[in-house]
Amino acid sequence: MFLAATGVFSEQALTALVAGAILAGVPLMFAALGELVSQRAGVLNIGLEGMMLMGAYVGFVAAYHGGSEWLGFGAGLLAGAGVSLLMVLFCVRWGLDQIVTGIAITLTCEGATALIFEAEFAESRPTLGATDKVAIPGLSDLPVAGGKGESNGSIFTQPLVVYLGLALAVLVAWILRRTHMGLNVRAAGDAPGALDAAGVSVFATRSWAVLFAGALAGLGGAFLAIVGAGLFQDTIVGGRGFIAIVLAMLARSRPLWAVVGAMLFGASLSIADWAQVAQINISTDFVFMLPFLLVLFVLVVFGRRAYLPAALALPYERGTR
Amino acid sequence: MTETTAAAELREPPRPREVTGGQAQLGRGGDFFLRSILPLVLALGTGAIILAAIGVDPIQYYKDVYSGGVQFAAWQDSLMRVAPLLLIAVGLIVVFRAGIWNLGIDGQFLLAAAVISGIGSRFEEHLPNTINLLLLFVIAGAVGAAWTIVPALLKARYELNEIITTLMMTFIGINLAQILVKGPFQDPSTTTPQTRAFDFTALLPSIPGTESTSRRWPGVHVGLLVAVAAAFVVWFLMSRTSLGLRLQVLGASMRSARHMGLDVPRLIIVAFLLSGFFVGLAAATEILGVKGYQRADWNPAFGLWVVPLVFLARLHAIGVIPYVVLLSLASIGGDYAAQNAGLTPQFTLLLVGLTLLFMALTEWIARRTAGGSYLPGASYRRHRAEGAG
Amino acid sequence: MTTGSPTTPATDGSEQPAVELVGITKEFPGVLANDGISLTVRRGEVHCLLGENGAGKSTLMNILSGMVRPDAGQVKLDGHVVEIDSPKHAIGLGIGMVYQHTSLVPQLTVLENLMLGEAEGIRLNAAHAGERLRELGSSLGLDVDPKATTGTLALGQQQQLEIIKALWRGSKVLILDEPTSMLTPKGVAELEQIVARLKGQGLAVVFITHKLHEAISMGDRVAILSQGRLVGAIEPAELRSATHDELQERIISLMFGSQAAQAAGVAKLTDGVEPHLPKRALAAELALELDNVTVEPGPGEIGARDVSLQVMKSEIMGIAGVDGNGQRELAEAIAGQRSIADGDVRLFGHSIATLKVAQREKLGLRYVTDDRIHEGTVGSLSVAMNIVLKQIGKPPFWGRGRIRYEAILSKARDLIGRFDIRTPGPETRVAALSGGNIQKVVLARELSFDPKVVIYSKPTYGLDVRTTRSVRQTIREQAREGVTSIVISTDLEELLDLCDRIAVLSRGRITGIVENGPSAQQRVGELMVGGQAT
Repeated sequence: MFLAATGVFSEQALTALVAGAILAGVPLMFAALGELVSQRAGVLNIGLEGMMLMGAYVGFVAAYHGGSEWLGFGAGLLAGAGVSLLMVLFCVRWGLDQIVTGIAITLTCEGATALIFEAEFAESRPTLGATDKVAIPGLSDLPVAGGKGESNGSIFTQPLVVYLGLALAVLVAWILRRTHMGLNVRAAGDAPGALDAAGVSVFATRSWAVLFAGALAGLGGAFLAIVGAGLFQDTIVGGRGFIAIVLAMLARSRPLWAVVGAMLFGASLSIADWAQVAQINISTDFVFMLPFLLVLFVLVVFGRRAYLPAALALPYERGTR
Repeated sequence: MTETTAAAELREPPRPREVTGGQAQLGRGGDFFLRSILPLVLALGTGAIILAAIGVDPIQYYKDVYSGGVQFAAWQDSLMRVAPLLLIAVGLIVVFRAGIWNLGIDGQFLLAAAVISGIGSRFEEHLPNTINLLLLFVIAGAVGAAWTIVPALLKARYELNEIITTLMMTFIGINLAQILVKGPFQDPSTTTPQTRAFDFTALLPSIPGTESTSRRWPGVHVGLLVAVAAAFVVWFLMSRTSLGLRLQVLGASMRSARHMGLDVPRLIIVAFLLSGFFVGLAAATEILGVKGYQRADWNPAFGLWVVPLVFLARLHAIGVIPYVVLLSLASIGGDYAAQNAGLTPQFTLLLVGLTLLFMALTEWIARRTAGGSYLPGASYRRHRAEGAG
Repeated sequence: MTTGSPTTPATDGSEQPAVELVGITKEFPGVLANDGISLTVRRGEVHCLLGENGAGKSTLMNILSGMVRPDAGQVKLDGHVVEIDSPKHAIGLGIGMVYQHTSLVPQLTVLENLMLGEAEGIRLNAAHAGERLRELGSSLGLDVDPKATTGTLALGQQQQLEIIKALWRGSKVLILDEPTSMLTPKGVAELEQIVARLKGQGLAVVFITHKLHEAISMGDRVAILSQGRLVGAIEPAELRSATHDELQERIISLMFGSQAAQAAGVAKLTDGVEPHLPKRALAAELALELDNVTVEPGPGEIGARDVSLQVMKSEIMGIAGVDGNGQRELAEAIAGQRSIADGDVRLFGHSIATLKVAQREKLGLRYVTDDRIHEGTVGSLSVAMNIVLKQIGKPPFWGRGRIRYEAILSKARDLIGRFDIRTPGPETRVAALSGGNIQKVVLARELSFDPKVVIYSKPTYGLDVRTTRSVRQTIREQAREGVTSIVISTDLEELLDLCDRIAVLSRGRITGIVENGPSAQQRVGELMVGGQAT
């Protein structure tokens, strides 16, 4: 373990990498999980970026004023869901073009959050303190992966919401496979006409899927602001919403793949920190390019086999078969 | 075939125009109002309500927008802002009509700008001005086009969704531009991350008659003329040439395009390249006409602002001009008004987003009453309907 | 050919009818689909709804199954007036419908499709569903693998699955919408048995069809719809006692009025058609040759394997087969929209396998696609534009890259006259035309500019009788002028009416080629099931 002692692969550097990966990956995980369900039901949610942003802003403000991060998470969740109501109305209910609506939502959220944030916090630039973490007994003493005592934690020392998120991923997987709700979602995405003929409301199914996506995106955004950065600025989401959309597409309807993908991309986002600790001199701009290059690479290699629901982005109208 | 036909009742047809959606019940005027005017009005109205809600006088704000955009020779700035916006709009029209979503505008723009900022100031020593400027325009267009090749090929060969690929390329492009500006194109004489500035005289000349005494810039640069010319060129291309019709068919339905014998992969690539070319030209007008150099963190992010405009104008290259002028006024004046009101200039972005939302709304209403839509993505949707499984 | 259904109704119809429709009226924009229709459906009886495409049969049944609300009229179940406002409601009331276009999710398994829409609890109860499947399956004499992915089942089996699904919640009424359109003759026989069993169990069965012989052979009672109105009905007694020809004439005169009964063309509604053309003397020139053509299937497709075909000049060659056996893949491969994995395609002796669509088009190869709305035309463009859409950039319609409207319009007017396209003008958007006229636009385009070999894919599918007649007439006229035709159709009568020879495509392979003649129908039927032509 000679190498482990020196800079690049030192325990500190590796821990920073793992911890950073999780920190950056969790927002992606939430957003991708929600988007996965939405896409499975046939709705391509391009407005995810805007929902994350709204969640980040509202979550931050709630946590700041309310003094509790759970308040922030809850508020962010509600904010994201609220924005997704627009999606439900325009696209599911009225059958308008999902892509244009998604872009419109993202633009509006960007403008709105910038506006309100400036109006309220123009002078002061508030920050939040570190969030409490739950250290899993025993496992959190492991090197690198344990994380007890580290400022960013590691795999086995994370804020409670992270473990809840992982549990949620498992739950979503189970729901999709083994429950009526999941079956309805799958049918809504593959053959909404059949679902309608079976007597289930396609609108309701898709609406719930979209709300779920919005809520989780909001939660992810809130996590980003509260835990990840401890502050809010209008560039905080910076394309993560779009990465989450791609992750959802590549996950081939398997929630656990979404988690894995999110963590992988989180790692690519956190390489900058790792490089700093390992004292590698690397241009930050290049590092910021990495996740997008990675997405492109993965898309080209695996994307052709990405499983997309047959009725994705097609609005459903009863009577038109 | 023995029955008489309606052919006997044909009257002399009026000059044919591009077929747009739904004039049946609304009438052309009503349809135009609903789709192209009303969303603006609604957005401005909602904006006024929001302003009032946060304690800003909306009337004063909009007045400031006007004065900030027009008075005291600010109209020069507004007109100069028209150039890049119009070129981008025109580039988007080409590609949206073909049913392709090129959302990578910002990356294409910044890269083209970076390249000509970096090499242009060196050329000017060796070449006469006009040649230098022409060359740089061409190079900018080429860089913009080149940055569309990857998403174009991926879509043409593998049918990979271009929304994602162009978005990824945009983020990569923005960062790459920063690397270039900080690296090989860095101005050696300063530590600020920016390129070497052009000599004042090497920039774009201005349109005679647009000077004003109260400004240091001697008038509106000719980039505006380039942009207007481009608008006419694209209009002609789309409505009168065979290439334009081919792109339109592709936009209506990829399946039909294949059936009609069109070379779909080639068309996709051509559409992308054209679009990128115009975006590159937009970057050239901004660098060579206004800025003269590029800072590493500069990103005007014109791309998404323009998207609602081209839809409001129903993808008509000449019809988009008034909307672009309006947006230029709004953004230049908006900076001023925001400053006065103590707001972030991002407010204009909010108005733009609202416009797009309302446009989607009026689109639905129009479709209910009349029918037809000009939104791209139709081919994507249809393809999904036939293709997967 | 026996008349009346093989078994008598299980009840004497004296009890309360299962379903009563009273004065149903439904209007869609521009079309009066149902005009005051009244109908009674009794238990243990097969009630046939007969009418040509567009007569309003499907709309009427969509009202009963909850997909559509009527503008006027009442629906009574067991004597009580009900308002059916959703498919869910209809299912709850015991009305099961088997749609013409599948209402199954191909990506799900059989069991999952059956469980879809069940309201029992949160978790999927696969065991319970499996039980019920076995139960229903045995009562109908069917056997379906619960774990199979629905999309991989044969079409006949999928339909059986749909019947099971329609009966899942204990139905009283079963509606079958054009169930035989996708079946082989063997499949039709199986269906007849299932229907007989259902009748025996006391179900009320509604059978929608546009095929006259089917109505006569399957139904206990026939209701005839035309242009949205109920124009006549045939009681069980008459159905049992009259001969086939008598019934046929009665039905035709009810549908079209008595003078039309003499019109020769109307006889096309009948079955058992004798081949219309005497054996023609064909030129000895080989127009189109397929030499062991193999086409790779995409997802959900079958593709084509080792297809060999030789079509002589001016011949009309038919390709029969149940839908989804590789017809589209083959057609697209010949037209150039798809590449072939193996083999060769030769046009007048020259290999065209590597040529693109536009190049084949130039050599005289044309393709009238079956998807006239999404592929064959661009709805947002005008009739005139659609007509020249395969000539983009070519003179006289384009010169030096610029469009020449006058030339396009004059050509369009000419073709509108020749092909009898009913349109307000050459600049009307194609999307505004009726299906029949859209098909005429496609034909006008494909058959202009010197066609030599034309592939027709389901050319009369979904069209009204008049347009169907004129399309078939066009095909014959073209053949007389020396154009070679390949007609791909699922309508055996059509093929027997038009073609000189009929090839049968089954699971992507040609199982045999039959000369048109008196025994052609039987031999084609055998080949469709997989037997060899004797």
